Amino acid sequence: MFRHDHTAALTDRLIMDQIGRNSRVLDLGCGDGRLLCRLRDEADCSVQGIELDHRGVVEAISKGMPVIQADLDEGLDEIPEHSFDFAVLSQTLQQVRHPQNLLRRMLRVAKRAVVLVPNYGHWRIRLQILLHGRAPVTGSLPYDWYNTPNLHFMSMLDFRDLCRQMKMRIQKEIPIIHGEAANGAWGANVRADSALYVLENE
Amino acid sequence: MASEIAQPELSDANSVGIVQTKFATLFVPPNPLTLEGGQKLGPITVAYETYGELSPGKDNAIFVCHALTGDSHVAGKHSADSRKSGWWDGLVGPGKALDTNKYFIICANVLGGCQGTTGPGCRSPETGQPYGLRFPFITVGDIVEVHAALVRYLGIETLLGVIGGSLGGMQVLDWVARYPDMARCAICLASAAKLSAQGIAFNAVGRRAITADPQFQNGDYYGDEPSKYGEVGPRFGLALARMIAHITYLSEASIERKFGRDLQHSDHLAYDLQRETEFKIESYLHYQGKRFIERFDANSYLYLTRAMDYFDLAQRYGSLQKALGRTNARFLITSYHTDWLFPSVQSREIVTALVETRRHVTYLELESVFGHDSFLIEIEQLEELMTPLLAEAHRRFRTS
Repeated sequence: MFRHDHTAALTDRLIMDQIGRNSRVLDLGCGDGRLLCRLRDEADCSVQGIELDHRGVVEAISKGMPVIQADLDEGLDEIPEHSFDFAVLSQTLQQVRHPQNLLRRMLRVAKRAVVLVPNYGHWRIRLQILLHGRAPVTGSLPYDWYNTPNLHFMSMLDFRDLCRQMKMRIQKEIPIIHGEAANGAWGANVRADSALYVLENE
Repeated sequence: MASEIAQPELSDANSVGIVQTKFATLFVPPNPLTLEGGQKLGPITVAYETYGELSPGKDNAIFVCHALTGDSHVAGKHSADSRKSGWWDGLVGPGKALDTNKYFIICANVLGGCQGTTGPGCRSPETGQPYGLRFPFITVGDIVEVHAALVRYLGIETLLGVIGGSLGGMQVLDWVARYPDMARCAICLASAAKLSAQGIAFNAVGRRAITADPQFQNGDYYGDEPSKYGEVGPRFGLALARMIAHITYLSEASIERKFGRDLQHSDHLAYDLQRETEFKIESYLHYQGKRFIERFDANSYLYLTRAMDYFDLAQRYGSLQKALGRTNARFLITSYHTDWLFPSVQSREIVTALVETRRHVTYLELESVFGHDSFLIEIEQLEELMTPLLAEAHRRFRTS
């Protein structure tokens, strides 16, 4: 369940690049605490994880990471407002029941939100639907329609719309193409597998 | 708080074996303990047990704080033919979460208790008579002061961990607030930073049951000859207090599962009011009451429940943030979703204060059917969390 592969290392790196040294960081859906561990050891951050999966929590404890077991859809009530510099949410927004609530909550507990989301505007997905007339299954979307943890399907354009609607300022948008950050790439909404956003309140 | 709804059977291979309670005399003249209530008390005898060996670097000591009616006998047996092992035997022993091959475990009976540490049933050095209600008022803070003095008496400056559930968890919180540098880990299970109004309410009923018993005699029920618990004093009142309290340690689901509406002696209702233990649950509660008075002193019950009532960390320190924000101990907080005596919301309050003050905190609301008693029963669940937590803290302590 916890990806230790090449892609995961790259996304970790990309997220870490957005976070200043000595920051106070909350990782929502921290898994086994891998990213937190790096943030603490390499960037002297003060970290806190949240994870629902029990195995993840135990692994995070083994790494010496502080982690609260909680469901991201249940409001993060334990987390006091304005207590973090960054709230990180990697590849999870599409899996929660109420993405708007979570985004709002993130920017209440932290000054900035670092959000990594899949881009369902990718050409391969478009092509699959068009050619086969079936729910798409791709490398970054490796599930059948009936067992996918992903509840919401959005493209980069959709995500920008939501940010505007929720009055969140997109401080940074980084399309990720073939696992690499592609700042200002042309046709990002067609070419990017996923995208990283740094958000703050307007 | 301790009840025995499901005492797991354990194999001897992982037991600490035969253990003995030890005694220390602290706060000897001219240095009595000044209690929170203002009175002075000393000398104080402390009954305690230890398991495992203290390392040369003195970096492996873990203090276990027992709950309301517990004692210093956490693990092992007092003699080969003892029927029962210590109250947390599943957690303490070779290869267990509190691994006696690695750690040095200490547990002491609380001040005001009745299992060897100075309490209202002890004789006052001044009068030679049992203190009874002349015993000074004590608080959770006073209990912790005595624990901390014992730790220093054992030559230990910093504990690897301090751990406890329920009233034991309150001691853990008070300890790291009082002595922020004294523990590397603080493990607080099914507990709270203050006793809820509901908790005070149940304690009040328990105390009234004791004091309304004609045998209570204003606390002077001990008689001239040494007697065993359960022979003298407010037996019915204390048993009733225990029956009430015991219900609060269980959950609706666990009672339903274990007893349901089953009858104790028959397949059909007797239509007879004289049958006091017709349902299994009634019989069980009576049995718990009866067992309890054989090992517990009514006056201790009054003092210790009052100490619990008074516990309010935020009130004492101004806020929870002020109380807990000074320690660098790593916290493990757990609550249980069926615990209605110390509900999860109370643990979350502690977690929030710790996050706000940038402390190192891990929190889980654990699944268990056993209500408040879960922390005494769900050993594997705790082991899974404590083992890595302590191993990491121990590694850091040794290399610091």
